Amino acid sequence: MTTVLESLNSALHQAFTADERVYLLGEDILDPYGGAFKVTDGLSSAFPGRVLTTPISEASLVGVATGMALRGLRPVVEIMFGDFLTLAADQIINHAAKFRWMYNEQVRVPMLIRTPMGGRRGYGPTHSQTLEKLFLGIPGLQVLAPCALSAPAQTGVPQSLAAGGPGDLLYRAILTTEDPLLFIENKLLYLQPVQDENSLGEYEVRLQPGKDGTTRTPWAPAYSLILRAAPPPSLTIAAYGYMAELARQAARQLAYEQEIFTELVILTQLAPCSMQPVLDSLKRTKRLLAVEEGTLTLGWGAEVLGRAAEALGPGLKACGRVAAQETPVPASGALENSVLPGVTDIFSAAIQLNRL
Amino acid sequence: MLPAKAAHTALYRSLYRIRHFEETVLENFPKGVFFGTTHTYLGQEANAVGILSHLQQPDIVFSNHRCHGHFLAYGGDPRALFAELMGKATGVCGGRGGSQHLQWRNFYSNGVQGGIVPIATGMALAEKIKDSPAIVIAFLGDGTLGEGIVYESLNIAALWEVPILYVVENNRIAQTTPVEQAVAGSISGRFTAFGLPVLELDTSDVLLIHETSHILLSEVRQKRLAQALVLNTYRFGPHSKGDDTRDPEVMARLQVEHDPLLIHGGRLSATERNAIESEVRQEIEADFHQALEDPFPVFDPQENA
Repeated sequence: MTTVLESLNSALHQAFTADERVYLLGEDILDPYGGAFKVTDGLSSAFPGRVLTTPISEASLVGVATGMALRGLRPVVEIMFGDFLTLAADQIINHAAKFRWMYNEQVRVPMLIRTPMGGRRGYGPTHSQTLEKLFLGIPGLQVLAPCALSAPAQTGVPQSLAAGGPGDLLYRAILTTEDPLLFIENKLLYLQPVQDENSLGEYEVRLQPGKDGTTRTPWAPAYSLILRAAPPPSLTIAAYGYMAELARQAARQLAYEQEIFTELVILTQLAPCSMQPVLDSLKRTKRLLAVEEGTLTLGWGAEVLGRAAEALGPGLKACGRVAAQETPVPASGALENSVLPGVTDIFSAAIQLNRL
Repeated sequence: MLPAKAAHTALYRSLYRIRHFEETVLENFPKGVFFGTTHTYLGQEANAVGILSHLQQPDIVFSNHRCHGHFLAYGGDPRALFAELMGKATGVCGGRGGSQHLQWRNFYSNGVQGGIVPIATGMALAEKIKDSPAIVIAFLGDGTLGEGIVYESLNIAALWEVPILYVVENNRIAQTTPVEQAVAGSISGRFTAFGLPVLELDTSDVLLIHETSHILLSEVRQKRLAQALVLNTYRFGPHSKGDDTRDPEVMARLQVEHDPLLIHGGRLSATERNAIESEVRQEIEADFHQALEDPFPVFDPQENA
């Protein structure tokens, strides 16, 4: 099976082949090193002159890419660690994301920023964060997060670009976005195999294209996972990125150990907010658990619960969140495991909610 | 090589158009016809006019919060600029941007200090990649030199050899902070540190700026390399409106000694000057009143969903 890393790497190669306006800017991305996480491996050899290794200047390189995008190119920026997005926040929020609307739709900024987020690697407080919540709800800025799922590959399509998978998401985003787009890659996803309904034999996997009218990326899908031949689910678990993997493990455990059956809804579009698949599931289950790796306060899960409460009103029987503790992410594995949300946290929270 | 007589009058017309536009803005602000705030270009007119009179059609200009003069010298329509300041649908950006956020053809401006520098640099890189003849001119102020992103971008511009002219208009004051309290060392040295050629002028004479920028822009066009021009200049007006903390007597003296309109106007006869001024005044008055009559935009929730 293709890993998420291979899938993303393949998507970059395919995008460079498909459109000569695609350029890549980032730190330490040239071969033989090929980037800190190797997502850009081989690109500088295959496309010399279109892969630009930059000084350690995150703010400026996002600005440079914005200028390139305004003038007709399709730049991709790699920020080595998602933690460093804060250095480029002014460029993203006050420049790239503003221009199209502020300039009265007279310009477009087709720029994609890829960055690895997340902990569980012992990198410590400044290299392990899940900071995308700071960039959700910025008008003009799209935020996507791939997961380790796809539709089964169609004949003639390489497995790395199977529909809805991480490679497909990245490939389409690079080639078709008209607006600045943050592409959040959880570090622990990289080595995960990209699964589909064939490899996940015990699950029924449904893929829904994003389509609730607010989305500018109608191909950024949501997945719904239900254990085959199980009774109707009584709880919706909403997740994205690597937390979706942990949620799937928890869902299995809940079914086999507690006979609590869940529907796991995995989103790949975080902004603009596209919650319809979660709301559809909630009509059936009436109970919601949102899980995320970032800290709890004012996080993604808060928005999921807010939208659910607005849409269902008293029809929402119970809701809750699983998220990180409100501390920086520690380096020590012993501490990090306590701070970041895991399978056990999801398992326990689900049992609580199912009692309500 | 001095420009011909016709060029003299054209330069004066451009200078006076900016001067009268900005005076009209300040005069009418208290009447409540404009939204928000504004930053006028009074006293600095020779910079925009001297440099941008060399523009070629595909060239790109990226300006800052004090952008009216650059926009008008670029060829922007005074009525559309008045309308933008008034928040009208006919404004440069339909009233969405206001005074500091303009975009028209290859002209751009934004109101955050320093942030435009990497973007203008990236534009120059794109034009180089596309093998286009276009070059980029980016306008900075002395206050902007406090922003770290400026230096990140100069480093990249030098490393990647992009066709851009950085113009620092050192008007010696950032809002209310004198340059001596905000900028250590030399301004030109900030460019030479990155190996970028730089010229520095201490003048309000549009002809001198015109000639010097011609040399620099020709070099940028031919060598496709970044260069810089530092213009030591004077801001006659307040930072925005009525927030000038400087000594009025000193300001009055500066306005006599360094007024670009007096300096260049001396090359024209009183009759020529009066004719130009009268025409421009009529044009600006008409533009102002037309903009006043223009409709306000309507927010469309559907379009903005």
